[in-house]
Amino acid sequence: MSGKPKLHYFNGRGRMEPIRWLLAAAGVEFEECYLETKDDLIKLQKGGSLLFQQVPMVEIDGMKMVQTRAISNYIAAKYNLYGKDLKERALIDMYVEGMLDLNELLITHPFQPADKKEQHFATLVDKATNRYFPAFEKVLKDHGQDFLVGNRFSKADVQLLEAILMAEEYKPDILAKFPLLQSFKARISNIPTIKKFLQPGSQRKPQIEEKDVQKVLKIFY
Amino acid sequence: MAGKPKLHYTKGRGKMESIRWLLAAAGVEFEEEFIEKKEDLEKLRNGGSLLFQQVPMVEIDGMKMVQTRAILSYIAAKYNLYGKDLKERAWIDMYVEGTTDLMGMIMYLPLQPADAKEKHLALIIERATTRYFPVYEKALKDHGHDYLVGNKLSCADIHLLEAILMAEECKPDILSAFPLLQAFKGRISNIPTIKKFLQPGSQRKPPPDDKYIANVRRIFIV
Repeated sequence: MSGKPKLHYFNGRGRMEPIRWLLAAAGVEFEECYLETKDDLIKLQKGGSLLFQQVPMVEIDGMKMVQTRAISNYIAAKYNLYGKDLKERALIDMYVEGMLDLNELLITHPFQPADKKEQHFATLVDKATNRYFPAFEKVLKDHGQDFLVGNRFSKADVQLLEAILMAEEYKPDILAKFPLLQSFKARISNIPTIKKFLQPGSQRKPQIEEKDVQKVLKIFY
Repeated sequence: MAGKPKLHYTKGRGKMESIRWLLAAAGVEFEEEFIEKKEDLEKLRNGGSLLFQQVPMVEIDGMKMVQTRAILSYIAAKYNLYGKDLKERAWIDMYVEGTTDLMGMIMYLPLQPADAKEKHLALIIERATTRYFPVYEKALKDHGHDYLVGNKLSCADIHLLEAILMAEECKPDILSAFPLLQAFKGRISNIPTIKKFLQPGSQRKPPPDDKYIANVRRIFIV
């Protein structure tokens, strides 16, 4: 029996990707068990492994954890990526919640019906460039430090890099107006564990392809 | 200047209600500034008070906190309602995410188009009785304690009570198959700070009516 965390999800980003990023950033090796069909999901549900019948689920430290935020909080705290006190934690939580809201737009885009895609794309770009990225550019500008919170690497930095890279996939020049985010992106990408995760062959998942969208929908609906 | 937390939101439940519950349960007095029209929201936005241009926003301990979960986590940790260690915290987080999902569904019911309301309500009842309440009933059954986690009151218990009461507003006998949750409801409602919050005249907000919903649409263009 391996001591490594074991991730249960489909073979794609979705709501598991932030967890993959965080484990990788913390230098924690993990295993993955992919859901390919609805039957795979039903099997997990019937086996009593899924607290609310949903994935993501991560087997870690004797628990079968569900709910992305709960899992992410646990990993961050365990590996000291959650700030040094309550107030730093509060800032990290605020920033990460904003990023998760942006993330929601980014990960749901491929699943939008054809007639809604254009509008959804416009919303995604608008929110990224007018709501979220300006907030984080300002945070970096105001304190002038390398990391978002407490002058120390935290899960907020990991999450922001993930959001930036995903947004750039939709619009490559999306950081044009944000010079500090551009240097942040380079800096965080160069952290050894993250650099490794960004290389081909890592457990980072690619953006879902059109042909796989139906397959994923069939698992869950 | 008061040292009390100050809540910025509309005069209704929405995403702020869980925060009101938690502060009340912790025995913390708080002030509220209500957004009554769009201009009030614009003023907050233009003043730079809202990190992501959104409410809820709570002024607390020198911070202008936004994002419901961030605010709840901070309050829970500050007032010792977040378990004693990482693992208890993990369970609390999991349970709270579940009740958040359920209450989220209930919160959006009045905003559904008229022809979708019945189906949405049916889904709420199905999820409450087959996905969520069985989990909490089982948790209480398995350990036999009075509280969900660590044999001690935590934000998970307060959040669950809120969810139960909201679900009962949808269907009064919704707990009929869950005897332990019924006892839990009685027990947690009797905690002095919570009992006080449940009495008329407290800062607890009533369920939304049509007038409130219309105003919310105007303010947020929902």
